[in-house]
Amino acid sequence: MSRAELKPPIAAGGMIGVLDLQGDVCEHLDHLGRLGVAARPVKQAEDFEGLAGLILPGGESTCLARLLQIFDIDKVIIRKFHEGVKLWGTCAGAILLAKSLTGETPHLGLIDIEVERNGFGSQLDSFASEASIPKLSQTPIPLTFIRAPKILSVGEGVDVLLRMGDFIAAAESPGVLVTIFHPELTPSLAFHRYFARKCGFRPGGEETAIDPSWDKTSWMRLARITPMDRRSAEPLAKVLPQEMDHETPEGI
Amino acid sequence: MDAKRYELNVQLAQMLKGGVIMDVTNVEQAKIAEEAGAVAVMALERVPADIRKDGGVARMSDPAMIAAIKKAVSIPVMAKVRIGHFVEAQIIEALKIDYIDESEVLTPADEECHIDKTKFAIPFVCGARNLGEALRRIAEGAAMIRTKGEAGTGNVVEAVRHMRTMNREIRQLVAMPVEEVTGFAKANGIPYELALKVRELGRLPVVNFAAGGIATPADAALMMQLGCDGVFVGSGIFKSATPAVRARAIVKATAYFNDPAKILEASMGLGEAMPGLEISAIPKEQLLAGRGW
Repeated sequence: MSRAELKPPIAAGGMIGVLDLQGDVCEHLDHLGRLGVAARPVKQAEDFEGLAGLILPGGESTCLARLLQIFDIDKVIIRKFHEGVKLWGTCAGAILLAKSLTGETPHLGLIDIEVERNGFGSQLDSFASEASIPKLSQTPIPLTFIRAPKILSVGEGVDVLLRMGDFIAAAESPGVLVTIFHPELTPSLAFHRYFARKCGFRPGGEETAIDPSWDKTSWMRLARITPMDRRSAEPLAKVLPQEMDHETPEGI
Repeated sequence: MDAKRYELNVQLAQMLKGGVIMDVTNVEQAKIAEEAGAVAVMALERVPADIRKDGGVARMSDPAMIAAIKKAVSIPVMAKVRIGHFVEAQIIEALKIDYIDESEVLTPADEECHIDKTKFAIPFVCGARNLGEALRRIAEGAAMIRTKGEAGTGNVVEAVRHMRTMNREIRQLVAMPVEEVTGFAKANGIPYELALKVRELGRLPVVNFAAGGIATPADAALMMQLGCDGVFVGSGIFKSATPAVRARAIVKATAYFNDPAKILEASMGLGEAMPGLEISAIPKEQLLAGRGW
């Protein structure tokens, strides 16, 4: 997908940020771009300005937790959450957001769920599957689990979006969405569309789950080797569509 | 390895982007690395600096040691096998860790063939000095690439050379008309289909880390600014005066590789780095990067 093919933002106001400390940041930015939702990587406290939502991506939760703490980003996330910024954690992100972590001290503690790290085993136990979630999509949604954690239980005020056998794979509270799988590694935009709506955006598009133009290398358009340093100041913000209109999205 | 398994293996490497993978030789070091924010650990008996010093044949580590490290940490565990030693790879796969490094740091077991990595379910990372080498490894089934650098030297010059070489060759490929790709692929020993893929993507089709000689936060940020997706640090951490502090500093500098103020902060008061080696002072037959092809 070239820059010209990126759809313009449909919702006015605000942006969705992707926490850019470590992990699969470009993959989420690519998905948001496909929905025409303005998005940007978030690395510093000042990057939180104008965000309607923040995605905590997949990566290594111990590394992310350490960096959040060292640079005081954890405090900013908690403050922004209380100001109404919606949060979505995928895999490692879900571990960071959980109120309870089996055998360990929890990190941000912003959603009442209990999570067990590495719930399935090693990389040899990583798997792909699919599931029907009528609330999100009329067609089955592909699911990718990479050294995934398990959600063991949810507390009051948390709804289960997807239960699979003995574990919960997706859940949400009014302010927080958690998935132990990686929608950003599949052609499905359903979860990104759902989260964008939660943030007050109105991304258009058909209700079916699949974007046929996505492939597993799509994220690489945001991580090319170019004669210009591909990672010079604000590279991603330039690539992605953004309408600098800071009206508060509905619902905040 | 079917196509779906390969995709999952490439995707695990995507989860490691922006992170630091650290060499560790025992449970205690593995815990220090995890606590410092490593995204994975490479379990091995001796770090490259010691392999270089001790000489002799360097083999796969004792699986009992690797198993103990696996048990001690929740982050992914990788282990090295000798180039071409597919039985060492079978053993590591049976151990059910997360990634195998088919590594030139160990003494090669085969001077003609690398491992046929498509026969395995476990993912492989392999070293490369240039685009051709990287794409040959990918054709053999590697799910992740790293520069070779010159391991165990604390000297980043070879890693820089390998990354710049890859970038230059990628830029050439992107800029050339398609009819020139055949000749370029032939001259560089690149599978044609993969050459076309790189030309379309403008980068390697899998995650590419820097490795070999990285010893300071500045080295890590340098490799990131050159376009790597993350870094391996071998001897650089546990051969330094203050491993835990240095490990944390390299994690910080890698995450904020484009932010000089943060790299400065990470570089303060780290104590002695590992002693370094001039590449030209190493006898040619002892250079590791030339192993493999």
